[in-house]
Amino acid sequence: MQHSAHLLDIQHLKTHFATFEGVARAVDDVSFHLDRGEVLGVVGESGCGKSVTAQSIMRLIPEPPGKIVGGHIWFDGMDLTTLDPAAMRRIRGDRIAMIFQEPMTSLNPVYTIGDQIAEMFELHRGMKRREAWQQAVAMLEKVQIPAPHKRAGEYPHQLSGGMRQRAMIAMALACDPEILIADEPTTALDVTVQAQILDLMLQLKEDFQTAVMMITHDLGVIAEVAQRVVVMYAGKVVEQAPTLALFEDPKHPYTRGLLRSIPKLGERSRQGRRHLEEIPGMVPGLLELPPGCRFEPRCSHATAVCREREPELLDLGSNRLVRCHLYGS
Amino acid sequence: MTTYILRRLVQGVVVLLAVSMICFIIFRYLGDPVLTMAGKYATQQEIQEVRRAFGLDQPTYVQYGRFIWNALHGNFGKSYVSRVPALGLILERFPATFELACAAMLIALTLGIGLGVAVSLNPSSWPSRLIMAGSLGGISVPTFLTGVLLIMIFAVYIGILPPFGRGETVQIGFWRTGLLTADGLRHLVLPATTLAMYQLAVLLRLTRAGMREVLAEEYIKTAWAKGLPPGKVIVKHALRNVLIPVVTMAGLQFGELIAFSIVTETIFQWPGMGNLLLQSIYETDQPVIVTYIMLAAFLIITINMVVDILYAVLNPKIRYD
Repeated sequence: MQHSAHLLDIQHLKTHFATFEGVARAVDDVSFHLDRGEVLGVVGESGCGKSVTAQSIMRLIPEPPGKIVGGHIWFDGMDLTTLDPAAMRRIRGDRIAMIFQEPMTSLNPVYTIGDQIAEMFELHRGMKRREAWQQAVAMLEKVQIPAPHKRAGEYPHQLSGGMRQRAMIAMALACDPEILIADEPTTALDVTVQAQILDLMLQLKEDFQTAVMMITHDLGVIAEVAQRVVVMYAGKVVEQAPTLALFEDPKHPYTRGLLRSIPKLGERSRQGRRHLEEIPGMVPGLLELPPGCRFEPRCSHATAVCREREPELLDLGSNRLVRCHLYGS
Repeated sequence: MTTYILRRLVQGVVVLLAVSMICFIIFRYLGDPVLTMAGKYATQQEIQEVRRAFGLDQPTYVQYGRFIWNALHGNFGKSYVSRVPALGLILERFPATFELACAAMLIALTLGIGLGVAVSLNPSSWPSRLIMAGSLGGISVPTFLTGVLLIMIFAVYIGILPPFGRGETVQIGFWRTGLLTADGLRHLVLPATTLAMYQLAVLLRLTRAGMREVLAEEYIKTAWAKGLPPGKVIVKHALRNVLIPVVTMAGLQFGELIAFSIVTETIFQWPGMGNLLLQSIYETDQPVIVTYIMLAAFLIITINMVVDILYAVLNPKIRYD
């Protein structure tokens, strides 16, 4: 197990949070992997554990109240869940980088963009300030920020949202990381800017040969960029499939519901205007999870067995996994 | 920036004029200085002579006009009691007060920010709770009580620090300093601690609140994600943001430390401006009181202006034009 064939191999990860009401199992036995140069989409509603998974990989879980209580995260022969803090710091930013959702608040307001990018080169490459600054300007140019020399000397509040997210990307890719974790990188942006940022990320992924883990609740983003998709629900992986297969033939009732809730242009039923379908009910609170399948209360296919026993993750062949009793023997 | 400073200067002058007018009017009707100077048993004629000699027989507006005119020339009148220029009398006492205020500020800043950061990192630990409870005491226990308690503990029971006075001093030009002798420094410890106590508590609580807010910010998560060591995340990325309000507060307080160290100076018999002011009030020594208030107003206005400019340096979002 020590030497996984995958670039990043998450095995049975469990990250729990201690709250006043009890233990919230935010990530509960999650396993998936990421290969060199691929874009993996991780999709799910808010609170499904996708961001906590990402923060577990980076070991950014605030502790207390959070804690990785089980499982392994293999990266280059190392288990990131047990790595000592100093070794973890050398990986963070340098080999695994992360972009966050809010470009407005993810940059430090009292330092210039150039300073914040240059800091990466000073920290991980041991460069002197001047050289690091020049590299920072070069990075800004790579993320297509016009007049990078001038922009490098500006503060975050002087830049637009899209510009700031470009700066964040420049910072994340500064040290040429093997893995880029993007946590909802386009959610806070205008739709037109979203497309630009996604294009930029895809292009840079090719240039830098970086594997990308794209976390989003937006299936449109997944369809555009990801080769493989992991669908999460209430702290569990419920389905995993190549993107095309997932969109053409979703297996899990939850995935089907997600896909049906996307508006499609030009699609009308014979009765005229079709209402958008929604998944009935709400995501269960992590403290009051149903005893059986976690999706059972909202599922139209639920049977007695779903209420009693939690389904295993079944291998359907051709790289497809699903956690549902419908496909059991 | 230049226009901003000019505007602030004009505002400052207006404030000073208003202050001068108020204290002139108040003290004109607060006791009769002539009686103080001439003595209880002076004859009517002697009183008239003193009144005329100090120009106190003129109408109020003439007196005020002359006061302003003289003030512009650095002449704030002579003390009624010691018959020397009031400004000189106060400036002579200034170094003592200034050194006391600086020492107090240094204690308040280092301990306030240091402890504030430490507490914010481990908010629920026992030492943190103890410090926070203590800071409430620092805010609510009045200065005179703190001073007396410190004297009781360190000067009376333990007996390691002197309870009053400035100790040995060294004269350098016009400046008489107590910072260059061990004895002077020993004498500084208790009064500076007393004066610092309130400010320390305020800065500590401000730093803690700011740190807790900033540590939850996204850009701190970014800083961790960059792989920065904890020291850099906390000092470079978090504290720098917290310092903006802390420095503003500290700056404003510094003016007050200088101007209102009266209680502390009285407890410790510190030969500073505050002590002089109190004495002058007892003696209705109008010129000294007025000069003191004018000087205090001047100091506070100047310091506020410096703080505003410093604020712009620390916070890139502020640009004065």
